[in-house]
Amino acid sequence: METLFACCVGFLSACGIFLMLRGRTFPVVLGLTMLSYAVNLFIFASGRLTLRGAAVLGTSEQYADPLPQALVLTAIVIGFAMTAFLVILAIRARADLGNDHVDGKLPEADAVKKESR
Amino acid sequence: MTLLWILLLPLLGSLVPVLTARWSRSACALATAIPPSVALMLLLYHADAILAGGSLRFFLSWIPLLGLDITIILDGLAFMFGLLILGIGLLIILYARYYLSERDSMPRFYAYLMLFMTAMLGIVLSGNLLQLWLFWELTSISSFLLISFWWHKAEARRGARMALTVTGAGGLALLAAFLLIGQVVGSYDLQLVLASSELIVQHAWYPVILVLFLLGCFTKSAQFPFHFWLPNAMAAPTPVSAYLHSATMVKAGIFLLARFYPALSGTELWFILVSVTGLATLLLGAYLALFKHDLKGLLAYSTISHLGLITLLFGMGTDLAAVAGLFHIINHATFKASLFMAAGIIDHETGSRDMRRLNGLWQFMPITATLAMVAAAAMAGVPLLNGFLSKEMFFAETLHQHLLGSLSWVIPVLATVAAVFSVAYSMRFIHDVFFNGQPKGLTKTPHEPPRYMRVPVEVLVALCILVGLFPGYLIGDLLQAASAAVLPGAVPSYSLAIWHGFNLPLLMSALALVGGIVIYVNRKHLFDFQNTLPDVDALNSFERSVKRFAERCGRIYQWLDSGSLQRYMTLTLLSFVVLAGLPLLDLVTLWGGRDELPIDAVNATGAVMLLIAAFATVLWHRKRVVALLMISVVGLMVSIAFTRFSAPDLALTQLSVEVVTIILLMLALFFLPHKTPKQSESSRVVRDLSIASLVGVIIGSLSYALMTRPFNTISDYFLANAKTGGGGTNVVNVILVDFRGFDTMGEIAVLGIASLGIFKLLTRIPLFKPSSDGEGRPWALERHSLLLSTVSQSLLPLAIMVSIYIFFRGHNLPGGGFIAGLVTAVAIILQYIAQGVDWVKARMNVEYQRVVAVGLMIALFTGAASWLFNRPFLTSWFDYFDIPLLGKIELASAMAFDLGVYVTVVGSTLLILASLGKMTTAHRPVHKETI
Repeated sequence: METLFACCVGFLSACGIFLMLRGRTFPVVLGLTMLSYAVNLFIFASGRLTLRGAAVLGTSEQYADPLPQALVLTAIVIGFAMTAFLVILAIRARADLGNDHVDGKLPEADAVKKESR
Repeated sequence: MTLLWILLLPLLGSLVPVLTARWSRSACALATAIPPSVALMLLLYHADAILAGGSLRFFLSWIPLLGLDITIILDGLAFMFGLLILGIGLLIILYARYYLSERDSMPRFYAYLMLFMTAMLGIVLSGNLLQLWLFWELTSISSFLLISFWWHKAEARRGARMALTVTGAGGLALLAAFLLIGQVVGSYDLQLVLASSELIVQHAWYPVILVLFLLGCFTKSAQFPFHFWLPNAMAAPTPVSAYLHSATMVKAGIFLLARFYPALSGTELWFILVSVTGLATLLLGAYLALFKHDLKGLLAYSTISHLGLITLLFGMGTDLAAVAGLFHIINHATFKASLFMAAGIIDHETGSRDMRRLNGLWQFMPITATLAMVAAAAMAGVPLLNGFLSKEMFFAETLHQHLLGSLSWVIPVLATVAAVFSVAYSMRFIHDVFFNGQPKGLTKTPHEPPRYMRVPVEVLVALCILVGLFPGYLIGDLLQAASAAVLPGAVPSYSLAIWHGFNLPLLMSALALVGGIVIYVNRKHLFDFQNTLPDVDALNSFERSVKRFAERCGRIYQWLDSGSLQRYMTLTLLSFVVLAGLPLLDLVTLWGGRDELPIDAVNATGAVMLLIAAFATVLWHRKRVVALLMISVVGLMVSIAFTRFSAPDLALTQLSVEVVTIILLMLALFFLPHKTPKQSESSRVVRDLSIASLVGVIIGSLSYALMTRPFNTISDYFLANAKTGGGGTNVVNVILVDFRGFDTMGEIAVLGIASLGIFKLLTRIPLFKPSSDGEGRPWALERHSLLLSTVSQSLLPLAIMVSIYIFFRGHNLPGGGFIAGLVTAVAIILQYIAQGVDWVKARMNVEYQRVVAVGLMIALFTGAASWLFNRPFLTSWFDYFDIPLLGKIELASAMAFDLGVYVTVVGSTLLILASLGKMTTAHRPVHKETI
């Protein structure tokens, strides 16, 4: 199971990073969201995988490690706040600058193409 | 405690001139002089103890973990320097009162001066290496302010910049040396370091430490080849030169040599580096001083030369040489400060410092001339003056060293040569300025300065004579105490008498005097020769090299900081690959010895769906709506993974956050293009894909390696104490609201700040309102679907009830403030979606930013309430109550804290979504608008 889990974490990170390397804001936001999933799973897994062992006292013999869970729980919420901030920043940048490139200006080759059209 | 006040008084004193700026000039100067006078009295109060060979120590723990303490040590050496700093400082205050003109801001000058005085005192009194360094840097900064006091002159600005650059760079080297010493010794305590000489000297780092340390000292004390900043610092007002460049700042490097003499000296490397540098500086300074036409320039090079002399003495390594060095520090400070002041008087009263124009001033200012001549004679080493005594000791020591083996005889010869030039430039100072014809082209008629402007010079010159006549009586004890502080063993016996009989040193002195006069008389030939040499402008070449250096750095910087986010990301990720990937290569196998769990069908299906969805997101990322749908599948699978692997709280949170995120991104797509234009070239895609795969592989491997390793968790503590200490059985929730409540406090604060930031970002946004989707289809005309609004209305109370239920059970079962808050927020958002902003606003007019504030307040006050019971912040309390009908229920303060979390989450989420949602509906765009 661990192998599969690790594959998923790795693949999610790779997808997230590929999207983050794109030049437009929206894919970058998606990439960041994806990377947050990967990172959350990673941190969560540092408490090792446990089946049927929720950390609620009296419900099982072997409890999952509650500490990474608590960390990840707040990470999820903060991740949302960060994504939201980023998205709004992207909207604001689009509104102020007229394009949605991450650098706030279109690359030169692209700008020329647009002009000639 | 009085020790601390010696340091604090001048610091407080830097405020005095600012506060008394409106008083008359004399009153301001008098008020400024009070704190250092008191400090001087405090210093003298300890004189008996110190001169008897004792030392005082004041200790105040500051950051003990870093080895940073406030330690003040007053021993013989510190006492001697303290006397110089405070004594001459007071004279400078008096002198500057008359020197500065009405146009100069005298309070500003005094404030800088006092700051500098504090810094200098800090250096000499520090008993902790890091603390010493702090003051060391403060001298650089305050001297920068003082040198650039006439900032309207380009020359002053450039000179100040150069001094700051050179001494600042040396300061960094010194810091490195101190840190290394701290590593070697294991403490930054000065006394401990001084006592660990063997440890340091035998350590493999010793050469590095010594070189870095000497770089610090030599830059500060203007030793060759770092001497060039000092002549350029002469652009400062003369009181500054008299104080900084004769008695204090440039002596700081020498002081450090003396201070660390017991710890670092005694090795071959020390002798060679220090003595050769000192000798070179001595010769170069003495020679160049003769050719300077500027009065202060001559004095500056002379200072360099004398500093070289002292350095040489400390480099010789004999105990007597160190004593002679200390003696010459005092003597040089007295005669050089008075000479600078005399030069300042001449400049002040004639308007010029050029010795080619200043001639025959004797007839205009005989008293000043006499004073200057006595001081210059002391500088030349004329008998019966203090300079003669220490120079004799110096000559004697040059004869006793064996630094250069069989070539050691070179040193006394070169010392005599330097002394010859020293006599020659002293002669020039006297003869050229006060005699040698009539002044040429002066703008005003020279006259004596105001009475009190001359007082500081008189005091210092009197000291020169008195020390010269009665050395043992006046200065013997002080020198003895200072030497005892410097020398590791017992102080050797020495005699401070004027007359030692006919011996070699006396012959050297006589030779120097005669030779100097001969050279001065025949100076014309030497000047002609010197004029044929190319003139190097240190300032320009220094600035050129600094500029070149800055340009080179600029190019590297531009390459790194090109303004392209993609480039930053690439560089960051590549360094991650290198830093995290390389150690993995050393690992034989990733598997850490822990058995894997078996794969079951559900998990396998989930994983496959997750992989497919992630892949689809990437594949269709340019069709943004599709990509958004795909990523929501990924999020769903992640929450299912949390469920499977025993994290119900996480699953609930992930699920509700997922809903909110998707709504948010949907809303965002209203304002952003729906498609990403095809832009990346194929090569770029390949590059990005390889980077992404590399990082993915590394992260996956790390994750695997981590998961298969056996581990020890600190969570056993939480599991054992959740019920007894926190009063709840859901350990995750107890950790959040109790054990790690302070973290949660910070996290909800971040959430609140982010939402407020978003709120502000969206105000006054120049709105971009598309009227159709990406393919040109207009938005649906039907404003709100009837079905949705009916269902959502009936769903609202239900959802609220569920969230309340989740909230209350949170302490014992999966749930809690975070999740309940998100559920409530989703339920309300649904109303916005189904009914529109106006509808909701009419029924529930709440300003969400206030809700955020209230939530944070609840959490804060719950935490602070424990103070009422004399407990630390956020200590929780719980108890069980029997209530009729309801039975036994538990009440915990953690619940109130969780309520704060709940309210903050609701407020923030709604603030984010409602602010954005409002944009889309308030003024719905009509179709005819174009994108």
